[in-house]
Amino acid sequence: MDTKKKMLSRGGNSRSAFVSVLAALLCILIGLVFGYLVLLAINAEHAWTDGFVRILKGGFYDAPYGVGRTLANAAPLIMTGLSVAFAFKTGLFNIGAAGQYTLGAYGALYCAIVLHLPWYVGLLASAILGGLWGAIPGLFKAYLNINEVITSIMFNWIGLYLVNEIVYGNGTGVMYDSRNTRTWNLRRLEGAEGSIIPDFGLNNMFQTNSTTIAIFLAIVVAIVIWIVLDKTTFGYELKAVGLNKNAARYAGINEKKNLVLSMVIAGALAGFGAGLYYLSGVSEWNPLNSTTLPAMGFNGISVALLASSNPIGTIFSALFISHITVGGSFLSTRYYPTEVADLISGIIIYLCAFSMLFRGKIAKLLSGGKRADKTGKKED
Amino acid sequence: MAEDYVIEMLHITKEFPGIKANDDITLQLRKGEVHALLGENGAGKSTLMSVLFGLYQPEQGKILKSGKEVQIRNPNDANALGIGMVHQHFKLVECFTVLDNIILGVEPNKLGFLQKAEARKKVMALSEKYGLRVDPDALVSDISVGMQQRVEILKMLYRDNEILIFDEPTAVLTPQEIDELMEIMRGFKKEGKSILFITHKLNEIMAVADRCTVLRKGKYVGVTDIANTNQEELSRMMVGRDVQLQVDKAPAHPGEVILDVQGVNVPSSTHKKSAVRDVSFQVRAGEIVCLAGIEGNGQTEFVYGLTGLEKVTKGTITFCGKDITHASIRERSKSGMSHIPEDRHKHGLVLDYSLENNMVLQRYWQPEFQSHGFIRKDKVREYSDRLIEQYDVRSGQGSVTIARSMSGGNQQKAIIAREIDRDPKLLVAVQPTRGLDVGAIEYIHRQIVAQRDAGKAVLLVSLELDEVMNLSDRILVMYEGEVVGEFDPKTTTVQELGLYMAGARKQGKGE
Repeated sequence: MDTKKKMLSRGGNSRSAFVSVLAALLCILIGLVFGYLVLLAINAEHAWTDGFVRILKGGFYDAPYGVGRTLANAAPLIMTGLSVAFAFKTGLFNIGAAGQYTLGAYGALYCAIVLHLPWYVGLLASAILGGLWGAIPGLFKAYLNINEVITSIMFNWIGLYLVNEIVYGNGTGVMYDSRNTRTWNLRRLEGAEGSIIPDFGLNNMFQTNSTTIAIFLAIVVAIVIWIVLDKTTFGYELKAVGLNKNAARYAGINEKKNLVLSMVIAGALAGFGAGLYYLSGVSEWNPLNSTTLPAMGFNGISVALLASSNPIGTIFSALFISHITVGGSFLSTRYYPTEVADLISGIIIYLCAFSMLFRGKIAKLLSGGKRADKTGKKED
Repeated sequence: MAEDYVIEMLHITKEFPGIKANDDITLQLRKGEVHALLGENGAGKSTLMSVLFGLYQPEQGKILKSGKEVQIRNPNDANALGIGMVHQHFKLVECFTVLDNIILGVEPNKLGFLQKAEARKKVMALSEKYGLRVDPDALVSDISVGMQQRVEILKMLYRDNEILIFDEPTAVLTPQEIDELMEIMRGFKKEGKSILFITHKLNEIMAVADRCTVLRKGKYVGVTDIANTNQEELSRMMVGRDVQLQVDKAPAHPGEVILDVQGVNVPSSTHKKSAVRDVSFQVRAGEIVCLAGIEGNGQTEFVYGLTGLEKVTKGTITFCGKDITHASIRERSKSGMSHIPEDRHKHGLVLDYSLENNMVLQRYWQPEFQSHGFIRKDKVREYSDRLIEQYDVRSGQGSVTIARSMSGGNQQKAIIAREIDRDPKLLVAVQPTRGLDVGAIEYIHRQIVAQRDAGKAVLLVSLELDEVMNLSDRILVMYEGEVVGEFDPKTTTVQELGLYMAGARKQGKGE
């Protein structure tokens, strides 16, 4: 709760933005040091060139292919990051991005594989389904005062099993390619050509087959969300509800409506992210293996934290996290087990969650501890 | 000449980065005196007491106990030196009995087994000796605020404290209870105990204190003998200029009925019973009607019902001839109801919003401040700058200041500016001066009277009897959710109001 408050109290002025960026960079640095220590512990001899440097280089280690992959992975990450950040602004912790992402994936894939609809319709469907999945915890929160964290965690799993069940359909689901034990590959599926997000030559440029304009769409959405939050009466209401529900109510703002709307939008953003990912053909949905929730949803939390819930900041933090994740996958398997890549990116992402802590400390250092004098005076 | 000081705080300087909360402050407490500590909000009273209590370590200065220098590193040290404190907000365990609360932390035991009988004997003896009536077996949650305070006092006595600090002890008491407390304090004095009495109520200082140390903006102004001073001089020392203690106001000229409340019930958030029962009254244009009463007698809930924060379960509210019993908060606000809320942090402000955003809290959606859903930030800034200028709201960076960083008085001024500037037909002002210093109170009182004179209806809810007597044109006393009496401030007395507030008397219906 306290962290949430701190998260929200981030003011819009440039100094606090500076503090946020500084804190994020500090976290990344510490995360990298820890990562390096892990590499040292596993195989000290190759830790630098075959380990650490590859992670740092990220996609650039195998440019342009790697860079293409970084961009393709960053697009959905921006969206789930936005989803979490948006809910944060309204005082909600959307831990359900994974579930909303799952539903979004289903919506997108159904439109592509079964209905052969154009990609933008698929994206719309993924946003709608994600929004629907976000609405449920929102309604529970607004009208029954049930903590959104609990409901959205439950709906993560309900969503996952539901989607897996429908997709798999005992091995006979229409979207299920039993030979690959995944949904049909869009690029090989006849009639689904128009369902793939166009790449305008990006695939050629990066020598990949899944780098589409998704990244630009995500950036545009991030900017739109920033405008909504910062410039509109709707954003004013949302933030007022998030910062002080009681004062918002006092001011005549319908706080229940705003809570639900906020969760709907957060859900739609996460769902849209899944649409960007699957309609770019980065990979297929695996209903058998997916007994764990999509990591994209949870990494969205790190993205949002690292960006201090700033929509523009999520673009950069998502790019960074995507960068080191891809870098991790280039670790030499000769010296390091494949899991080490996940471990190290995990450490860094984990450290990102501490950025809030650092932000407090840095702000205190810069301002010379103004907070302390306030508490001293207040009790008078 | 060596005087018999029991505690001396000499040249205390406590700095927080960027500000000196205490700047070379000296306070000398004689044995067996009642010593008042007077100062506005932010004058450094709490910081000074925190230093004495070991919560803060001063950068400079020293503390002497009976002439010997002592180090007070934490509240346990303070306790060991015989310093006890009754905090403004009591620190009691609600679900424990009175006796359990008193012995909590210093439970007498033999081999780990409680020896309550022994404790009870001591508590009863103390209670007898000082006239502190308590029921040792009652649960704290069941007893009155006045008795809770006596429990706090007994806690200090049980620990054999010789130096007793009272932090704004009278804020929650009825006039009768205040008199009683003063009597108890005099009793302590007779027993040779020394009392530090933190307050901003000048008449209480005059009534009970021997000497008074005055602080202003973290600095020591002086110490004076109460016998040789008066309220005007004290307030001048505190504020640094002359202050009008009485509100100048002409007789009221009530006009048409603006607010008509008939048989209203409002549910309670904690009990099954309604917090407000069958309340009926009217407020006319150009008059100030005050709802007086002790905290927790339904005033808060009534205002919630009136302003739409809570549902009204029975009765009707008519506002300017329109039934608004079930109208939304926004509708009420649109039809001309302004509300200065009781809790400025909970309801009045979005603390992490800038001042300008707070200034348009109910108006951001009006065409003046938005077009096509986009906030016209330049207009908001312009409006906010005007209010700041006109109502003298002081803050670090003007319109862009985060409300949280402002002082309580200026936060309140901002709310009052916002609510008055909406040009309401009815101004509901709940505890508008709570916790504010004399200068700010004076200002706010003048604003409220000015609203009345401009033909607005004003409903004032206040716990401060001085404020009630000073401002209102009519007084309604609430007790346990009902209006138990209506009074004319010119013909009633504080004592009479007190009897009604405590439930000892009740006027018949239909008078």
